[in-house]
Amino acid sequence: MSRMRRRIILNQTFKYVFIFAMSLALIALSVLIYRILSQGLGHLNIDFLRQYPAPYPDKAGLFAGIMGSLYLMLLIAPISITIGVSTALYLEEYAAKNKFTRFIQTNVQNLAGVPSIVFGLLGLTFFVYLFSFGYTLIAGALTMSLLILPVIVVASQEAIRFVPNEIRQASIAMGATKWQTIWRIVLPAAIPGILTGSILALSRAIGETAPLIIVGAAAAIYTIPDSLTSKYTAMPIQIYNWTSRPQEEWQYIAGAGIIVLLVILLLMNSIAIWIRNKFQSRY
Amino acid sequence: MSVAMIDEKVEGEIVEKNSSIFKIEDFNLWYGTNQAIYGVNLSIPQNKITAVIGPSGCGKSTLLKTLNRMNDMIPGVRTSGQVMYNNQDIFRNKQMVEELRTQVGMVFQKPNPFPKSIYDNVAYGPRIHGIKKKKVLDEIVENSLKGAAIWDEVKDRLNQNAFSLSGGQQQRVCIARCLAIEPDVILMDEPTSALDPISTSKIEELIKELKNNYTIVIVTHNMQQAARISDKTAFMLNGELVEFTDTDRLFSNPKDKRTEDYITGRFG
Amino acid sequence: MNTHQEHKYSVQEMISDKKSKKNLFNVTEKIVPLFLLLCAVISVLTTAGILFTLLRESITFFSEVSLAEFYLGTQWSPWSGKFGVFPLITGTLLITAIATCVALPIGIASAIYLSEYASNRSRKIIKPILEILAGIPTVVYGFFALTFVTPILQSVFPELKIFNALSAGIVVGIMITPMIASLSEDAMNSVPNRLREGAMALGSTKLEVTIKVIIPAALSGIIASIVLAVSRALGETMIVTIAAGATPNLTFDPMQSIQTLTAFIVQGATGDTSYGSNIYFSIYAVGITLFVFTFAMNLFAQYISRKFREDY
Repeated sequence: MSRMRRRIILNQTFKYVFIFAMSLALIALSVLIYRILSQGLGHLNIDFLRQYPAPYPDKAGLFAGIMGSLYLMLLIAPISITIGVSTALYLEEYAAKNKFTRFIQTNVQNLAGVPSIVFGLLGLTFFVYLFSFGYTLIAGALTMSLLILPVIVVASQEAIRFVPNEIRQASIAMGATKWQTIWRIVLPAAIPGILTGSILALSRAIGETAPLIIVGAAAAIYTIPDSLTSKYTAMPIQIYNWTSRPQEEWQYIAGAGIIVLLVILLLMNSIAIWIRNKFQSRY
Repeated sequence: MSVAMIDEKVEGEIVEKNSSIFKIEDFNLWYGTNQAIYGVNLSIPQNKITAVIGPSGCGKSTLLKTLNRMNDMIPGVRTSGQVMYNNQDIFRNKQMVEELRTQVGMVFQKPNPFPKSIYDNVAYGPRIHGIKKKKVLDEIVENSLKGAAIWDEVKDRLNQNAFSLSGGQQQRVCIARCLAIEPDVILMDEPTSALDPISTSKIEELIKELKNNYTIVIVTHNMQQAARISDKTAFMLNGELVEFTDTDRLFSNPKDKRTEDYITGRFG
Repeated sequence: MNTHQEHKYSVQEMISDKKSKKNLFNVTEKIVPLFLLLCAVISVLTTAGILFTLLRESITFFSEVSLAEFYLGTQWSPWSGKFGVFPLITGTLLITAIATCVALPIGIASAIYLSEYASNRSRKIIKPILEILAGIPTVVYGFFALTFVTPILQSVFPELKIFNALSAGIVVGIMITPMIASLSEDAMNSVPNRLREGAMALGSTKLEVTIKVIIPAALSGIIASIVLAVSRALGETMIVTIAAGATPNLTFDPMQSIQTLTAFIVQGATGDTSYGSNIYFSIYAVGITLFVFTFAMNLFAQYISRKFREDY
């Protein structure tokens, strides 16, 4: 009987060990959020959102970063979603089940595991130098589009696979062509899943720093991009720049910048989750 | 020579009006290396209800889906023999497949409305075939829903999602969707097998009604249903057509021993 | 007689009238798949582009600096012409090792708790929190490491440098924990309940079921999640750039400032490096080294989850 008791006590003990280990992760998150709020909130005000970067902490603002990130998104979203959804449609609806298809599929998977900084090197060679875009908005946007492409492809494939075959057949049986069926039936039914995945992918792009550094997003930018070949900056670039300055005041500015970035990410994620929940119980 | 051919054709058409709309001749079908249908010969009469019965896996659904070439979508399908629709071989002309499907509609086993409003479901067929005028569409939608005996139940909520309806209502919307492009033939693949008895009897009434304007081919594993609603019945077994004759005759006086065994419930 | 003929139109007739448009459809039907295929090929081209870039610039680099010098050299100071990549590799491995030490126990324990112990309700609360943790940008983690974790560690270990491997490694560990937790939980969750019930019916405690039944059954998924997480740690850039320093020391002392492969790429690409210089090409040589590491890890993870796909 004492053996049984020991086993039960062991079981209970380990339950708390597991809970303790997991709460370490939750504590880390709370501390992180608390630290950033306590450091940054004091410096977060309208001026901070409206001002350009400046050499003095009390004059510095995130305006160029916000606008740069916004312009990047306006380019990345259409490029990556068009290519990503098209790839997913090809793989799910058209591709024959052969070696070539499997090759593309494996390739997408592997691409998802390539470190983001390597995409930066790709962008540096091709977009910055080979295509002679230089350190411009379009070079940054194209690099980031390729970076999040695999995420969008995989999410879209799942959404398309989720559309029941019966309604495809119903459409074909009415004399609809394959593309009519895809355009009018499959895509509308898959849109919620595609949107959710795309928003999550874009929120990854908005927080990415390393590839943008490599393809030359600059920190000291005093204008808003007015063409595809303008110089540009982005929120995480500004934050990185402030973080790496030695004076303590800059940490507070960085904290304020991080709050703005996190709020935007939280908003995007909430929208994604809202879409997911709203359309989840469709079939 | 050519004159003779035209004559023949005209003659043929006159005959067709009163007799068969589909003529299946020596038809075989394989899924990969598995043969699913063996040498079927069958003429499907116009403006009649033809039922195809048989145990599951006998090839009755496969035969049905041949008539609007839905089998094309399954990879590795091969066929031999002829399927004539209004005297044209449906396999001869690759371009014809969409046209064939506008004239030969289909209702499926499980109600499969699109995740759209009731209106958009019914207007789907006309729309994909290029009819865009709101007034025309409105009229088509109303007529089709009336034709499927569901207009009164849904006329006040045409903009609601079709999923909000009950299973039986959904199936009637699917029938309305099919009627909207005024096909000549409606293929029905066990259309009531997913429904409760009350919905089933409503749909059976509807099918009898539709006979006046449409040729109906219905696959069912429910023998009573075949006996209740069909004019002609085909019995299939292991991919072969065993017997095809008037429904009354098939059920009262089957010629083939296997038919008799099946309808008396000795197997299947 | 025919109800539809009472109306002034026939739908089939209208459809045939639109037939002329059918030709247009046919063109669309042919062009669209081509366009989609073209888009699918872009992902292949991206991979090809990555390989091409890394190989071409590295080959140029290796025509100046020998492979032996690069991979066997123990001194990395490119601005004085010393290209021994070893210190960058040890730096990367040191960070990855620390991160794994943090993430492995926490991640697996969280997965076990979520999959085997937690009620539905607490799972519904905790999983999104882990997702938030996974979605925080790495530049934020870097800031956290430098301005919070390092000062706290310094109060415990006064000899700790401002830029050090320990702090960066711990925070990289926090970053990859959700990955291990959620992928391992998926693997444990997909172990069918009948295995659990079978063991429970024999009088096993939950802990015994977990250790003797669930973990062995889900092992390939768990290992794959760890390998993927390690691969993420190898390629992590911002945390180490911000918090681990830029001094390529050949050391395994976590108190020291080090430099990783990724951090050098950032340094090399942002400094006043001119296009075509040895330093410029060296970032690609470092890049291909990193790429080979992570690519091998990813293939390994795929291999494990394919090879040992559980048949229940």
